[in-house]
Amino acid sequence: MARKDFLVTIGLEVHVQLKTRTKMFCACAVAFGEEPNTLCCPVCLGLPGALPVLNKRAIEMTLLTGRMLGCSTPEISKWDRKNYFYPDMPKNYQISQFDLPLCLGGGVPLYELAYPKDHQKSIAHPDKVVALTRIHLEEDVAKSTHLPKATLIDFNRAGTPLMEIVSEPEIESPEEAVAYLNSLRQILLYGEVSDADMEKGQMRCDVNVSVRPKDQKKLGTKIELKNLNSVSAVRRALHYEIERQIGELEEGNRIVQATWRWNDDAGQTEWMRNKEDSQDYRYFPDPDLLPVRTAGMLAALGVPELPHQKQVRFVRDFGVTSYDGGVLSADRALADYFEAAATGTTHGKKLANWVINNLLSALKEADLPLGQSPVRPTQLRALVELIEDGKITNNQAKEVFARLFAEPSHEDLAALAVSMGFEPANAGELEGFVDQVVAANPGPVAEIKAGNAKAINSLLGQVMKLSGGKGDPKLIRQLLEQKTA
Amino acid sequence: MPDPDADFDVGYVAQLCRLELTADETVQFQAQLSGVIEYMKKIDQLDLSGIEATAHAVPAFDVYREDEPGPSLTVEEVLRNAPQKSQNQFAVTKVVE
Repeated sequence: MARKDFLVTIGLEVHVQLKTRTKMFCACAVAFGEEPNTLCCPVCLGLPGALPVLNKRAIEMTLLTGRMLGCSTPEISKWDRKNYFYPDMPKNYQISQFDLPLCLGGGVPLYELAYPKDHQKSIAHPDKVVALTRIHLEEDVAKSTHLPKATLIDFNRAGTPLMEIVSEPEIESPEEAVAYLNSLRQILLYGEVSDADMEKGQMRCDVNVSVRPKDQKKLGTKIELKNLNSVSAVRRALHYEIERQIGELEEGNRIVQATWRWNDDAGQTEWMRNKEDSQDYRYFPDPDLLPVRTAGMLAALGVPELPHQKQVRFVRDFGVTSYDGGVLSADRALADYFEAAATGTTHGKKLANWVINNLLSALKEADLPLGQSPVRPTQLRALVELIEDGKITNNQAKEVFARLFAEPSHEDLAALAVSMGFEPANAGELEGFVDQVVAANPGPVAEIKAGNAKAINSLLGQVMKLSGGKGDPKLIRQLLEQKTA
Repeated sequence: MPDPDADFDVGYVAQLCRLELTADETVQFQAQLSGVIEYMKKIDQLDLSGIEATAHAVPAFDVYREDEPGPSLTVEEVLRNAPQKSQNQFAVTKVVE
């Protein structure tokens, strides 16, 4: 059987560290990169007798995530103990949520620009939304460092609020998994609930993947993949694992339910443990924590506009293309910059071009984040207005932009343009040039008169040249049209 | 007496708890814990229609803390009870995942 004769089914479990100031059940600060074991107390060390207290902000952030992803929320949500033995969790249970999590259902929309770049032209299911099973809140565990003869444990991370987002097995390709992770990250950033950087461990992902012949109804046996530390690792691991599983089936072998580890250096998955070794967690309600009534908190949430909503609004209100709207809304800071620039002008589309093409490449070249852009949104708007008002040409504007980028203190852009010698030729002067060009080009003029409107472009270029590049193309075109009518 | 139909197996639970039971203890605890489970099953005999489900034994809700950092322990205090330590961390038998 060929590759196309198999169906792929993928489900993702994503763990997200919340951006709270303190831990989930104690007042220790949440911080990364501090000296080991300096952000710990009896609660997050799991010392006997210590009692946890819920962090209200973490619950609000999880509920907000649920609202952004269209989840429902049970009226009462509660806390359970997940029992297992591991040195990164010394009280021998993790506080988590079992049957009454904060969020149920909902879904993650897969944004077009969230797919890998090389795949955006071949999206199998445009506008797909991957359904979620649930989102619950739990505590992160301590960090283990494995040495040759011992394991060292640092409890600074232990107790950090951790949101687990579980998808239904609805993802059908590695590329959809990439789109899922990128879209989810965009939404989390919009809600300011997490920085969700996989490479910093703020967002971690376990993958379940199975394959089955196309004519088979029942899902194939699933393999869980671990140690996926970047979005691209998820894509590579899935491609490898799907091929491996198909190879096994084609050779007539059976897939045994198990956990495999992705080895990024070797570029392959490696067997870790079979499902039979997996734990029986014996969940039970945590008597130390009282349940949460969710209605009041839900009512008080401020839900931000989401990337896809912003995209639609930018197209509607500022006349940008859907693609540009997608690029601008992919990053909240970029969207805010554009909106500040485009508000109050009718030149939204042109501004979108300037933001996406000129501003972003200048920032990239200068290695600056958008937040440190020397050119402010109002300055970019003023620049585009100079072009649209015929005061300077597009090419002149690029020079003004470069000057402004280097010397951002210029307030009056019109004066800056004039000081750079960019003054529009006056109408009388231009009319003289137009007469000159019309007289010198009887052939093209005849063509225009015969209805070939395109012939005007070569004349326009000549007038422009005579004006030393200062003429307003719109005005020249107008004059040429009059003179050749 | 333990319910012969119960699927409760004290040996399995002991294994989950990392406890080693002697043969005598296994018999004794199987009987005792089965008795507890049997007692809990009495709830099945009650008419619970109209009774609202509870999420906690105490009828109280919504006890929170604001997200304000407080002091943590010093490293010395954190590691005071550690049987073994190294580089300001707890050192444990090497764990292989």
